[in-house]
Amino acid sequence: MLYGTRLRALSIATCAVLTAGLALAFFYAPMDADQGFMQKIFYVHVPMAIVALCGFVWGGINAIQHLRTRDAKYDLRSYVAIHLSLILGVGVLLTGSIWARSSWGHWWVWDEPTLVSFLIVFLLYATYQPLRFSIEDREKQARYASVFAIVAGAFVPLNFLAVRLAQAYTHPRVFATADGGLPAKMQLPFYLCLFGMALLYITLWRYEMASKNTSAKLRSLRRKLGGDEVVAPVGRSAAPSLPSP
Amino acid sequence: MILAQTTPALPDNTGYVAAAYLVFFAIVLIYVVIMASKLSRFERELTELNELAEQGARAPSEPAPAREAEEEAARR
Repeated sequence: MLYGTRLRALSIATCAVLTAGLALAFFYAPMDADQGFMQKIFYVHVPMAIVALCGFVWGGINAIQHLRTRDAKYDLRSYVAIHLSLILGVGVLLTGSIWARSSWGHWWVWDEPTLVSFLIVFLLYATYQPLRFSIEDREKQARYASVFAIVAGAFVPLNFLAVRLAQAYTHPRVFATADGGLPAKMQLPFYLCLFGMALLYITLWRYEMASKNTSAKLRSLRRKLGGDEVVAPVGRSAAPSLPSP
Repeated sequence: MILAQTTPALPDNTGYVAAAYLVFFAIVLIYVVIMASKLSRFERELTELNELAEQGARAPSEPAPAREAEEEAARR
C-alpha cells in the first residue's frame, strides 16, 4: 500500500475541517453560562481525548491482525497508531490541566475518575515503547508488543465504561444522560472539531507510515546499489523494522 | 450545559484558553517539523543513492580502456 497517495488532499481537508470547526466554536457556539469563555477549551480537549482513545483501540485491532497474519506491516500500523495516540494523550493531559486550573482552581484533581482513568491509560501506554526496546529479537518484540496492544486496547473501552458508571461526577459529561447534554448550537462545532481531529490523526498516521515505508525502501535500494557494506546495521530500536520490499 | 443570556458577567479566562490552544498547535507544529526533517534526510539519501547509481552505470564502460592497455602491452 502506498501511504503517501492522496496525502495532499487529506492534509487540505484536515486543515479545512479543523479551521471550520474551531471558527464555529469561537464565533457560532454560545458562551457557557457556568464557565464562560474558558469552556472553549472543550472543543480541542474532548475531541483530542476521544481520538487518542480510539487510536489506542485501533492499535489493538492492528495488533490482532498482526498476530493472525504475522505480517510485519500490521505491527508497524499498530506501533504508529499507539505512538500518535500517546502524543495526543500528552495534549489531552496538558489542555485538561489548564482547563481544570481555570475552572476548578487546581491543575489536577485526584478524586475525579475521568482524569485519573485517562492518566492510568496514558501511563499504561507509556510503557509500550520501553517494552519494545527491552526486547532485542525483532520477531519476539513484535509479538509481545501485539499482545500488549490487544490487552491494553481492550482495557480502554472497559475503563471508559467503568468511569461512566462511577457515581462522582465532577467532570462534565459531554453526552450526558439525565440532565441534558450538549446544546444544539454547541453540537455542530463539537462534531466538526471531532471530525477534524480524527482527520488530523489519520493524516499524521499516514505521514508516519509513508515515512517508515520510504525509509525501508531507501535502505533496500541502498543495499541493491552498494551491497551490504554500505548499509549501516540496524541497532536496537523500539520501532518495528519492515522487511525489504 | 446552560447557555449564557448575557456575556459581560462571565469570568475572563482568555489566557487559559489561549494556553490550551497553544499547546495543541505546538504539538502539531513540533510533529510537522520532525516530519520535515525526516523528509530532508530522505532527500539527502536519495541524492547519495542517485550518485551511487550513476557510479554503477559508469563502471561497466571502464574496463574497456584497461583491456586496450593490456592488449597493447601484450603486443609489445
